[in-house]
Amino acid sequence: MADSALAAPITSAERTTQRARHAAMVRVTHWVAALCFFGLLVTGLEIVVSHPRFYWGETGNDLTKPLFQIPIPASRQLVPTAYDYVLPDENGWSRALHFQSAWAVVITGLAYVLFGLLTGHFRRNLLPHRADVSGGALRAAIADHLRFKRPGEAEAWSYNVLQRLSYLLVVFVVFPVMIWTGLAMSPAVVSAFPGLVTTLGGQQSARTIHFFLTWILVLFVVVHVMMICLAGFRRRTRAMITGRVAAEGERG
Amino acid sequence: MGLGIGAAAGISGLAVADRIARRYGLIPPDHSGLYGPGETLTYAAHRLLTRHSMAREFSWSAISNPPFANGAAPKDPAFLRLQAGGFADWRLQVDGMAAHPVSFSLGDLKSLPMRSQITQLQCEEGWSFIAEWIGVPLSDVLETAGILPQAKFVVYQSLQEGVWDSVDMTDALHPQTLVTYGMNGGELPVGNGGPLRLRVPRQLGYKSVKYLTRLTVTDDITKFGKGRGSAASEEGYAWYAGM
Repeated sequence: MADSALAAPITSAERTTQRARHAAMVRVTHWVAALCFFGLLVTGLEIVVSHPRFYWGETGNDLTKPLFQIPIPASRQLVPTAYDYVLPDENGWSRALHFQSAWAVVITGLAYVLFGLLTGHFRRNLLPHRADVSGGALRAAIADHLRFKRPGEAEAWSYNVLQRLSYLLVVFVVFPVMIWTGLAMSPAVVSAFPGLVTTLGGQQSARTIHFFLTWILVLFVVVHVMMICLAGFRRRTRAMITGRVAAEGERG
Repeated sequence: MGLGIGAAAGISGLAVADRIARRYGLIPPDHSGLYGPGETLTYAAHRLLTRHSMAREFSWSAISNPPFANGAAPKDPAFLRLQAGGFADWRLQVDGMAAHPVSFSLGDLKSLPMRSQITQLQCEEGWSFIAEWIGVPLSDVLETAGILPQAKFVVYQSLQEGVWDSVDMTDALHPQTLVTYGMNGGELPVGNGGPLRLRVPRQLGYKSVKYLTRLTVTDDITKFGKGRGSAASEEGYAWYAGM
């Protein structure tokens, strides 16, 4: 009797200071995807170094006028750059790691999307509330973000409207188009599914779009990490690792 | 609990997948090592989805002008000697699991039914060009030599020291896989691999080996080089380059 009287306040205190925030599936897929993205980014940039010129349409090579050229030295002798030296060629492992990371992130992404649809995670946690996407509310949210206003306590428990919109955009638009443009560069895949590349205007267009989307994703990650720092890096990161949020004041 | 069931299902799923993959030839020669899983997934997926598909072909107006050659002619004395003789002594030897191993001259190859296609050559570096490729289907060359039904791979060698590669029978017998001796209505330029180049249009450019001298039909790819199917894969490049 005395024991339970003593124990009760402790458990209820625990419940109020340590509440469930992220499902295990969300946490695991988040970190696997983060790791894959890092691998894809580094190897993708390395592959670009072997031919830092971009084109539009079906074909492009050293004799073609590029759409634009990145002012860096190349890892191959033939590419006309403004530099008189050639970087080491690291394409072998870069390509292997790029495609292996792509497989890992696609499988992880499919698991996450399936989970999100089946459990109502997207509907409940990512679909913005109707009131929040009205012009005034959206303008206010954007203004708060631009002023780097520190988010209120409610946001430790739920995503704000801009988070919801940007996560939905990354998961359902940028990510799928990234896979699409990647597949459109594969000669074997487009032999079976030519529409993947003809709709984009050609294989070089696919490569150029793939490159630009990389920077959209980099921008997303930079802003994402900035917002986490603003909201409290350790607390938010701990929530994404342990799945639980410590109440305010318990920030560690 | 959910994770445990998931892990168990995953492991038994992998075991079943492995048995199916071996039976249907979905395991590439470079399936081992750190990047083996990625290479295997790509090869297996492509063999399931693209086995009989045809590489995109283009119209005459799409041909890249000026034509692009990404390499200079070999400086090898043997090559220079053959070149000085107008490649009259160039030979393509076909051996291995063939009922009657043969050695073709360029003239012999040109007497076989000619095929041409306007396809894209895409380099792993990122550049590409479109050209008309003229030659004889590899399947016709192999048929002439009478390949045995146990054949699993065709290993091909360049006159260039250490340059060799291989394709599975799906690509070897594919109607667009050509032993090419011509390009854009003329002879195949030396910079593009002339006098003889294997074209595998459903894979990246590095599978289209230049200065082709020898084809070896085999049922055991592990006997060649380090057993990873190509010289390129020994340097870390994927053996299967459908991408």
